[in-house]
Amino acid sequence: MTQIEPAQSAAAAVPGEALLSLRGISKAFGAVQALADVDLDVHAGEVVALLGDNGAGKSTLVKILSGVHPPDAGTITFRGDVVSIGSPVAARELGIATVYQDLALCDNLDVVANLFLGREQTKVLLSEEVMEQQASSLLQQLSAKLPSLRSPVAGLSGGQRQTVAIARSLVGSPAVVILDEPTAALGVAQTAEVLNLIERLRERGHGVLLITHNLVDVKEVADRAVVLRLGRNNGMFDLQHASDEQIVAAITGATTSAVTRRAAAKATKAGEGE
Amino acid sequence: MSTIKDDLAAPVVAAPAGGPEGFSPAGAVASLLRRARGGDVGPLPVIIGLAVIWAVMQVLNDAFLSPRNLVNLLTQCASVGTIAIGVVLVLLVAQIDLSIGSMSGLSAAILGVGLTQLGWSLPVTIAVALAAGLVLGLVYSAALAWFGVPTFVATLAGLLALLGLQLQILGTHGSINIPFDTWIVRFMQQMYVPRAASYVLAAAVAVLYLLSRLARARRRRHHGLPAGSQSSAIALSVALLVVLEVACWYLNQDHGISAPFVLFVVLVVIIDILLSRTRWGRQVYAVGGSIEAARRAGINVHRIIASALVLGTLFATLGGLLAAGRIAAASTSSGTGTVNLNAIAAAVIGGTSLFGGRGNAYSALLGILVIQSIANGLTLLNLAASVQFMITGGVLMVAVIVDSLTRRRRAAHGRA
Repeated sequence: MTQIEPAQSAAAAVPGEALLSLRGISKAFGAVQALADVDLDVHAGEVVALLGDNGAGKSTLVKILSGVHPPDAGTITFRGDVVSIGSPVAARELGIATVYQDLALCDNLDVVANLFLGREQTKVLLSEEVMEQQASSLLQQLSAKLPSLRSPVAGLSGGQRQTVAIARSLVGSPAVVILDEPTAALGVAQTAEVLNLIERLRERGHGVLLITHNLVDVKEVADRAVVLRLGRNNGMFDLQHASDEQIVAAITGATTSAVTRRAAAKATKAGEGE
Repeated sequence: MSTIKDDLAAPVVAAPAGGPEGFSPAGAVASLLRRARGGDVGPLPVIIGLAVIWAVMQVLNDAFLSPRNLVNLLTQCASVGTIAIGVVLVLLVAQIDLSIGSMSGLSAAILGVGLTQLGWSLPVTIAVALAAGLVLGLVYSAALAWFGVPTFVATLAGLLALLGLQLQILGTHGSINIPFDTWIVRFMQQMYVPRAASYVLAAAVAVLYLLSRLARARRRRHHGLPAGSQSSAIALSVALLVVLEVACWYLNQDHGISAPFVLFVVLVVIIDILLSRTRWGRQVYAVGGSIEAARRAGINVHRIIASALVLGTLFATLGGLLAAGRIAAASTSSGTGTVNLNAIAAAVIGGTSLFGGRGNAYSALLGILVIQSIANGLTLLNLAASVQFMITGGVLMVAVIVDSLTRRRRAAHGRA
């Protein structure tokens, strides 16, 4: 049933192929317009950072992509087909995996059990050896270092737990991986571990959507940054050329004016053109 | 032509854990101590506790370790031990069932009334009792899933309501004797494993254990995983064989191993396999460990909790039937008194955490041995029930303290 087929997923995704395209996504909760007319693209083998202040609508967008909320308006195109994502399970089956900030690991279970939780491989009884072998080879591909696959995950460090959570999202070979604040609670060394992991995801051909507050991380691993402000697109930046000041200004709206909007619009066009 | 070799055979996991060195007792002790310091004590404290209790009881009354008394002790374990298996399942999903005693009393009443007054056959009576247990478990599950009623409260209500139902069914009689020639009474009172068969059975258990260990090692090697040492598997199997055969020989000095105890152990083994080797078991542990993580992994949390609650009430029903068979009677006092707390205490003393997600089926076996050893020993000493209650309470307290301490140690060592 469930198979880890990293090679296949990487091969199937042509580098640069648009995996996920959102157009005109809107979502309101009562009187609060959480998202208005938001566009977003994620390509294969690309890390897109989704930036924005608190309340900018990042979480709402993630929840729409992971099937928790349906959008009020707009279209989601996944690998060329317009799709509707009705539930978290539907999102996972479609090929969109989400790693939430609180990881949602079962501390009392070991690494292998957590990786395959909810999609255990069985032949009447659990196929422990098959799962352990697949887990081991998956973690090896990610160059992840874990002390033991057979001890409870409660004994792992924050970075290692994040590694397990990310590796778990890869079981089932999703095309797009959404990471919600993966480095928020981590120290310097552990953050570096996770950033390496994100680069590994890009090499494998996954499209990565990285939600974060941390500009340093964004500069380190992301190819593009999409900024949301008050539920609207507020600029898209090619990280090779954009300065920190420009990005911060877009996040905070410090210099929101006709001039910056024009600049942002230009950047958006440039981003779409590539 | 040049040869190109892909290095496909690179080992997946670098360090084989204790593969070639083989089994050394010193190494095993060292790893045990290391795990114990990290708060992963396993069944060791219970086994030590049991040894201490047996030693003390034997000193106080030298009849305690006699074959006759041990045969008796094991038989006494069967009914409440069976209930404790259900408690383990309920605790594993981080729920509680306080009505197991009342449910066992109700099933005893159904057995008595069904057999003697309604003229039902034994299979029909047992089926009716189990159906009642099934319905009760479903009611608790529905109350939790639909109305969010915590099982603590729902089963507390059940405790009272079922006791009332038990009294109602028994009517004015108060106590109903079950004929001695009923199968379940003979099963509980007179059936023992034939002496020759017991030795064969013990050997079969050891051989099965060895075969399963070897099969597992073979599967692991087949998948390129470190397989552990064969000599340790053989050493453990031989040790198991010796212990079981000696135990059989000793108990065979008297009646031998009773059928109810064998039934109890078989149920423990079945539940252990279900818990550790099936998807359902994995999901039970997941729900007990983190209900939110389980839900996000796509596990139907309500269904898993319901399955544990239903099994809990079914085992309580079965335990009640066995208890009624043992005393050949159903009365208003069936399932009351210590049954409830003894069953819960057995699961906890055996090492199943009250906080969910930790424990295994064998804790029902170990725990009930401790509880019944105390009860049996104190009865031999002719101590009053009052003293028995106080001592059992003290032991339970110690067990819960051990549970909390190991939990804290695990937290300190990052294994919470």
